Amino acid sequence: MSLEISGLRKSFAHGTKLQRVLRDVDLTVEPGEFVSLIGHSGCGKSTLLNIVGGLEAADAGVVRLDGAEVRGPGPDRAMVFQNYSLLPRASLVRNVELGVASARPDVSRAHRTEVVEKYLTAVGLWEHRDKKPSQVSGGMQQRCAVARAFAVEPRALLLDEPFGALDALTRARLQSQLIDLWSNESETEIVLMVTHGIDEAILLSDRIVVMSNPPQPSVMAVIDVNIARPRDRVSIIDSAEFRRIQEQLLELLIVDGERSVA
Amino acid sequence: MTITIDKLVPVAIGDHSEETAAPGRRAAALRRLTASAAWGGVGVATFVAIWAIAALRVDQLPSPAATLTELRHQLADPFRDNGPNDLGIGRQIASSLGRVFTGFGLAVVVGVPIGLLIGTSRRAWQAANPVIQLLRPVSPLAWFPIWLVVFRDSLTAATWVIFVTALWPLVINTAAGAATVPRDQRNVARVFRFGRRTYLRHVLVPNTLPSVVTGMRLSMGTAWMVIVAVEMMSSKAGVGMFVWNAYNAFDFAQVTAAVVLIGIVGFALDLAFLRLGKAVALEEHHS
Repeated sequence: MSLEISGLRKSFAHGTKLQRVLRDVDLTVEPGEFVSLIGHSGCGKSTLLNIVGGLEAADAGVVRLDGAEVRGPGPDRAMVFQNYSLLPRASLVRNVELGVASARPDVSRAHRTEVVEKYLTAVGLWEHRDKKPSQVSGGMQQRCAVARAFAVEPRALLLDEPFGALDALTRARLQSQLIDLWSNESETEIVLMVTHGIDEAILLSDRIVVMSNPPQPSVMAVIDVNIARPRDRVSIIDSAEFRRIQEQLLELLIVDGERSVA
Repeated sequence: MTITIDKLVPVAIGDHSEETAAPGRRAAALRRLTASAAWGGVGVATFVAIWAIAALRVDQLPSPAATLTELRHQLADPFRDNGPNDLGIGRQIASSLGRVFTGFGLAVVVGVPIGLLIGTSRRAWQAANPVIQLLRPVSPLAWFPIWLVVFRDSLTAATWVIFVTALWPLVINTAAGAATVPRDQRNVARVFRFGRRTYLRHVLVPNTLPSVVTGMRLSMGTAWMVIVAVEMMSSKAGVGMFVWNAYNAFDFAQVTAAVVLIGIVGFALDLAFLRLGKAVALEEHHS
């Protein structure tokens, strides 16, 4: 699967004022790529993700998945949101089941049972499956949301700051689980992730898309991460490539931050 | 050996401090409880004192002591049934509660679906808003003659007055709850393409239920106030009629005793709905 974004524009109206959120965004994600979107708050990266997910419509431009134009949500894409967003009254296993049953009514009951168990086990929640979201920690809720997204067997996975609300240790564990799932066990080809974390973006991505602030909120730079997988979170920090990209990202983001303030 | 001792020391300290901490907390909780009970007592005593002074100055106004005596007398046999002119206060309250819950139940059955509809559909809101805004400020008692025309029975009319009383808070609170389902929850429903039933059961209802119960609590509070008034008008049964008949019989201690009981029942109803509200509240995420 390939994802093609071209000439995307989006503004929001605040009374009579028009806030430009995306200006002429072009981006192509190749099959098998993990791409991160990074930028300051309000640079429109979540909006871009929502447009790819089909939750919002662009004012102009087009998003294509394997050549077909995206016009709304579909079973080929699944999302993970920042605030866990599990169904409060349903158990963890029911949350995953409902996601699969609703998004993929075509799959058989047997296959559904199988994928639900597979992904809940993969994120280490199978023995907690009958608990309600309020009975488990935030990290576990987010793991369940990740399992729900993978269980739909989407070809593209869209992540909106999925680790933002987690503590460092939980975040590290969930990052590893995400990469394992994506690279080994799932049908998912493309991952598009919005993040604030520079290190997180380098650790996980094949390419990092740096987005700029208004007045020209668009793609400022695209950086390739040429570090072989599997990557080790401890030793990667010492690699020259990691350092180089880290500096490059910092510079881009700081310069852009200063420009938008001035 | 030394290692064991080294390890034992901090453990012993830890245990010790925990032993003292727990009773410390309990003592603090007890102090808070005592303080709140004491200040509550001060408030009640002040009120009773003002009432007692007023009773001394106003001719025929029953004193707190006379009210208490009357209350004892009424509660000695609250469910007596010596014909329609001598029903126990317990029976009168039960009959009023019956009408309140019937009208309230009807309002829930009608008001919650309407609230869900206008909370989720902009057009339904635009259509319903002028009607609601026009009718909501009208005293429910104004509906009494209308329902009398419709049903030709004053007790049925009273029940429908309660229906009108309870309807508006239920509709408005349900609509507010339905309109403010968190964006993330709605996005999940769209991304995973939930069907109507899944959306209702797992997104709309759990996120709206706390506001529905708030609406229930508000409408029950008003309904219990209005029932007394409407029963005074209908004069056929219930605690309102009991109060009005007592006044007409110059038995003013019965009036004040009934007022105290009405207050206690209303307080109990409010507490019940407060508890229900806590039961349906969505627990916060704890990370």
